[in-house]
Amino acid sequence: MKLKMIAAAAAALMTAVPAYADLTIPALNYRTGPYAPSGIPYADGYSDYMTLLNERDGGIGGERINVLECETGYNTEKGVECYEQTKGQGSLLYIPQSTGITYQLIPKASADGIPVWSMAYGRTSAVNGKVFEWIFNLPVTYWDGASVAVKYAMEQEGGSLEGKKIALVYHNSAYGKEPIRTLEALAAKHGFEFVPIAVDHPGQEQKSQWLQIRRERPDYVFMWGWGVMNSVAIQEAANIRYPMDKFIGVWWSGSEADVVPAGEGANGYKSLTFHGAGTDFPALQEIKTTVIDAGKNAGDGSKWGEVGYNRGVYAAAMTAEAIRQAQEKTGNAAITAADMRDALENLTVSDARFEEIGLGGFAPAVSQTCGAHSTPRLAAVQQWNAADKTWTVLTDYIEPDFEIIDPLIQEDSMAYATEAGITPRECN
Amino acid sequence: MPEQLLFAMEVILNGLMAGVLYALVALGFVLIFKASGVFNYAQGVLALFAALTLVGIMEGQVPFSHLINAIFGTDLHHFGWEIPAIAAILLTMVVMVALAYLVNHYIMRHLVNQDPIILFMATIGLAYFLEGFGDLMWGSDIKNLDVGLPQGLNGFIDETTFNAFGYGFFIDNLDIVASVVAALLVVALVIFAQYTKQGRAMRAVADDHQAALSVGISLNFIWVMVWSVAGFVALVAGIMWGSKSGVQFSLSLIALKALPVLMLGGFTSIPGAIVGGLIVGVGEKLFEFAIGPMVGGATENWFAYVLALVVLVFRPQGLFGDKIIERV
Repeated sequence: MKLKMIAAAAAALMTAVPAYADLTIPALNYRTGPYAPSGIPYADGYSDYMTLLNERDGGIGGERINVLECETGYNTEKGVECYEQTKGQGSLLYIPQSTGITYQLIPKASADGIPVWSMAYGRTSAVNGKVFEWIFNLPVTYWDGASVAVKYAMEQEGGSLEGKKIALVYHNSAYGKEPIRTLEALAAKHGFEFVPIAVDHPGQEQKSQWLQIRRERPDYVFMWGWGVMNSVAIQEAANIRYPMDKFIGVWWSGSEADVVPAGEGANGYKSLTFHGAGTDFPALQEIKTTVIDAGKNAGDGSKWGEVGYNRGVYAAAMTAEAIRQAQEKTGNAAITAADMRDALENLTVSDARFEEIGLGGFAPAVSQTCGAHSTPRLAAVQQWNAADKTWTVLTDYIEPDFEIIDPLIQEDSMAYATEAGITPRECN
Repeated sequence: MPEQLLFAMEVILNGLMAGVLYALVALGFVLIFKASGVFNYAQGVLALFAALTLVGIMEGQVPFSHLINAIFGTDLHHFGWEIPAIAAILLTMVVMVALAYLVNHYIMRHLVNQDPIILFMATIGLAYFLEGFGDLMWGSDIKNLDVGLPQGLNGFIDETTFNAFGYGFFIDNLDIVASVVAALLVVALVIFAQYTKQGRAMRAVADDHQAALSVGISLNFIWVMVWSVAGFVALVAGIMWGSKSGVQFSLSLIALKALPVLMLGGFTSIPGAIVGGLIVGVGEKLFEFAIGPMVGGATENWFAYVLALVVLVFRPQGLFGDKIIERV
């Protein structure tokens, strides 16, 4: 009798446990904590795009997508816990959404054979696929961003930055310091003076830094900020009446959460971006009608079309394309993490393909290779209109100065290879 | 006048203003410590909670809307009205008093006579609870707080100093308002503590709560009152800091700025919080101006603590704190 009861209980338990979908993608989101204003739009965009594919197409290649949300609170330890909890559930890919978590996952995921995609963050030199076999950082890196910002400033100044002064207001962390080396090299090349100005975490008080900017009068101010540091910096820039059109943030300093608190003062502020702004794309319209209006959205729907939301859509679209290409290559609908890695390494998303998936003109074409784990390495400049509360992309996608950056990537990745005892593989 | 001297003068003035903002946060700590011997770790979160509540009320946001919508399948977010800042501040104060009552009723009164470390741990728990509760109640979105306070360069000071020295000083209008508000707040708190019946009762409880009980002072009432006043101070700090950076969860981290101020000024002195704030504000800004560029900048966070540690070594009770004498 007792045995029967145990068997019945076990059977009930087994039927109660949901069957894992074949395409399992853990989403290491941060919907809580101090960085939630940046984390929520991305998380909503990523999930809503996957829901669109599930609802409209029945998933990808006939397999439904299972987005496993795990809350990290932007905390590195929690992110690693999320990884450990979910890696055994058939996870195909990790997008850590934090440089700290990325650094922790680089050795772990490489050993476990699961690809990691740090989208425009993390370790810049992971571009070198010969060293970082399982790590991807498409579509652009911080060093590319620094170079694009300089190129844009140079274009604004009629082709020369000779004798000009560029200040960098940066988060005093590994992330914030990323562009310094590149900017120093570019300063030497183009003859501008480079003034780095550090802001300690969290950046709630920046009076000293902005008084320094007021005294130094730089021609341009670049910003590598995060969280509250961004909105305070924009407010302080407005307070000292710094011309906003000469204040350019990296893509993590250019979302609604960064500019809205400064109100009218933020008008004209610029930032780099690697994808389109707004909702004027068929895929976003379909998300609205098929997912949000149907009440199947991940959040409350209010973030639709925001910078962070569109970034989530971009990440989801690239994930879906990699899955599709992996399925085509292997002939299996239920792919493995190794198949996913191979697909990410050979991922090709042409302009025509972007058009087909309803994202025509949303982002530049991607063409990955074994040696180049980040392509196309382009960024555009967008500008905030405080009255309309909209971002407008001002430029075409700008190419960075590969001549300066590629040797730095080579040097840094080889240093990592030596340190980690990795023999770089051959890429044909 | 040499340019560097002018810059230094500007830095000192801005340091004084920043110090006032630090002192506003420190005041909340002092009030509760003075009355109950509790180091309230949750003071920074109280400022965040007060500011979140103020914005929520002003914008007519439905509290717990995410929870309500998830449970009942509704799509509620806003009531559809907006409330003027003054009325919203008063309503927020009502919420803060209710919170003070709940904190006392469910936590503090059960911990009377416990070791200070137990009370401190309880406030750590309260801080994390309130952070999550605030998130659940009002959402994690960054919110714009505009109660009509002026912000940006003060044109008059800029023009006057430019005419006098050939260099216009930057002083933020919001900092000037914060200084005036802080001065009024300190005067009001000192008058309250020294000249009102409740204020004297509060001081009596602070000196010896058992003796105070024996003469008929209600400990519960005094603690609710003190937490309410600390809630009011938190609201003022939340408005000032929230106007600068928007209301978001990092606002709770302003408590980190108050700790060196408390170490310097003493945990039991209201004027000490102000003077400590001013010293920290000027000290860190001057250090950043003079030494920062030589050491890569970003010296403010750690320098404030170094300054406080130096004071601690020579005056453990802080510049204005009561000297602790233990008799054996």
